[in-house]
Amino acid sequence: MARRTVPVALGAATALLTALVGCAPQEVEPTPSQPAAASCEKGSLTTKTPGKLTIGTDDPAYEPWFTDNKPDNGEGFESAVAYAVAERLGYARTDVVWNRVKFENAIAPGPKDFDFDINQFSITEERKQAVDFSAPYYLVRQTVIALKSSKIAGKATLADLRDAKLGAQVGTTSYQAITDVIKPGPQPQVFNTNDDAKKALQNGQIDGLVVDLPTAFYITGAELTDATIVGQVPQVGVPETFGLVLDKGSALTGCVGQAVTALREAGTLGELEKKWLAQVAGAPELT
Amino acid sequence: MARARAVHRRRQTVRSVLVAAASTGALGTLLVVAVTGSPGWARVRQSFLDLDIARAALPDVLTGLWLNVRLLFFCALGALAVGLLVALLRTLRGPVFFPVRALATGYTYTFRGLPLIIVLYVFTLGVPGLRLQGMPPVLVLGGCALVITYSGYLAEVFRAGIESVHPSQFAAGRSLGLTYRQTMRHVVLPQAARRVAPPLLNDVVALQKDVGLVSLAGPIDAVRAAQIQTAEHFNYTPYIVAGVLFVLLAIPLIAVTDWVTLRAARRQAGH
Repeated sequence: MARRTVPVALGAATALLTALVGCAPQEVEPTPSQPAAASCEKGSLTTKTPGKLTIGTDDPAYEPWFTDNKPDNGEGFESAVAYAVAERLGYARTDVVWNRVKFENAIAPGPKDFDFDINQFSITEERKQAVDFSAPYYLVRQTVIALKSSKIAGKATLADLRDAKLGAQVGTTSYQAITDVIKPGPQPQVFNTNDDAKKALQNGQIDGLVVDLPTAFYITGAELTDATIVGQVPQVGVPETFGLVLDKGSALTGCVGQAVTALREAGTLGELEKKWLAQVAGAPELT
Repeated sequence: MARARAVHRRRQTVRSVLVAAASTGALGTLLVVAVTGSPGWARVRQSFLDLDIARAALPDVLTGLWLNVRLLFFCALGALAVGLLVALLRTLRGPVFFPVRALATGYTYTFRGLPLIIVLYVFTLGVPGLRLQGMPPVLVLGGCALVITYSGYLAEVFRAGIESVHPSQFAAGRSLGLTYRQTMRHVVLPQAARRVAPPLLNDVVALQKDVGLVSLAGPIDAVRAAQIQTAEHFNYTPYIVAGVLFVLLAIPLIAVTDWVTLRAARRQAGH
């Protein structure tokens, strides 16, 4: 998928993960002009439209991040996260205004038509040159997909996958998920690209293919409709992270970042992930 | 007189050995100084020649190499057999064999022209898509792709060998009362095979490097194992480990090639 970068060897991601896990203070850097956390409230925030919070996302907005291409219904993982952040900042549902912004435009330098944008933006060093990112609201998970006819379709535990022939793209966190977490008996199969791996999956040469969750949704939803998501693997390696995008040097960056961090610490993000990705979108946790 | 000559010869030999050693030493020193003195040497040594990473990568790379060795053995035998067969078909005489000749010629044209990687894709990811009963494992399919491609080259080498045997040899065999097949078997082929042994072995050495391409269909060979390790450590030393192992593997084959070449040359010279 074009919007995400290869999840390996990103020193930046390592730094982010460390910061996230340790909740290190450098995660949320208030800009010099930004007063302390106490003033991160609706009244004192300078938003596009005073008293309103303008949130951007692409059109169409895809499942399971949004539902029915309606960001304002509060359904879907990212819509739910957006409203949770808004609430944290003191904005009622009715104060939230959605604005449709093309993915590329959102991360291009230049004036922004949103206070923040939520659209599965991976946090990368390159993009940080052009925009600000909040703390990550999602750490990309690895996922096993299989043909619906496969012997591992519908399995619920990692132990059920021990005899499966699994495949992944070379040099990815997905491959690490096989060798470090699932540890199946048969030697994993390694492919140059996910396209080759998908072909092997279709041919039945492998029982399951490990890809990251967003890719899994895309493959099972659009490419291999006779394939299904078996489940999500526990966090492994250096995951790719998604962050809210703000204008470079935005006065809101500090407050939005704090809001996301607070939501993570309160467990809200975990709950939303479980609800909208694991339950509604059918990507259960493999335990 | 004879003793003086022998002494002179020995002295000449010693001198030439000394000169050779000195010039090799000078060149070697120059190379080492040029490489290690370059500004980026420290960084290159760190990312390509890290002993700890080499040690860590070795078991996996060796496991992968075992796959290369097994594939090489079977594919070399297969490619030699198919190549010889195609060459024989291409050298059949008589108008009645035209379709066979045309087929054999088409075969060598096609598979020498087709990039190996495409043949591999078709065999390892395309053919299983047919979902036929009793589909062989991907290694066998990949092996078939290698045999088909390499037999194209080997067939041409064999044909060159067969056609290099003077027609009088064939005529002589026939005049002795041997059949076409017997003449081929006992007169022409032994001479042909001896003449083309070096290029044949050369192709086998080339095959040794290409068997690992089967890894594009999933199996992990030595190079792929090195690639995985490289991605993990973000250090290229595992590739060097795989490279050294490949050279070690090739040395016996190359030595045999050289020996065969030397022997053929001596024979030609009448020693």
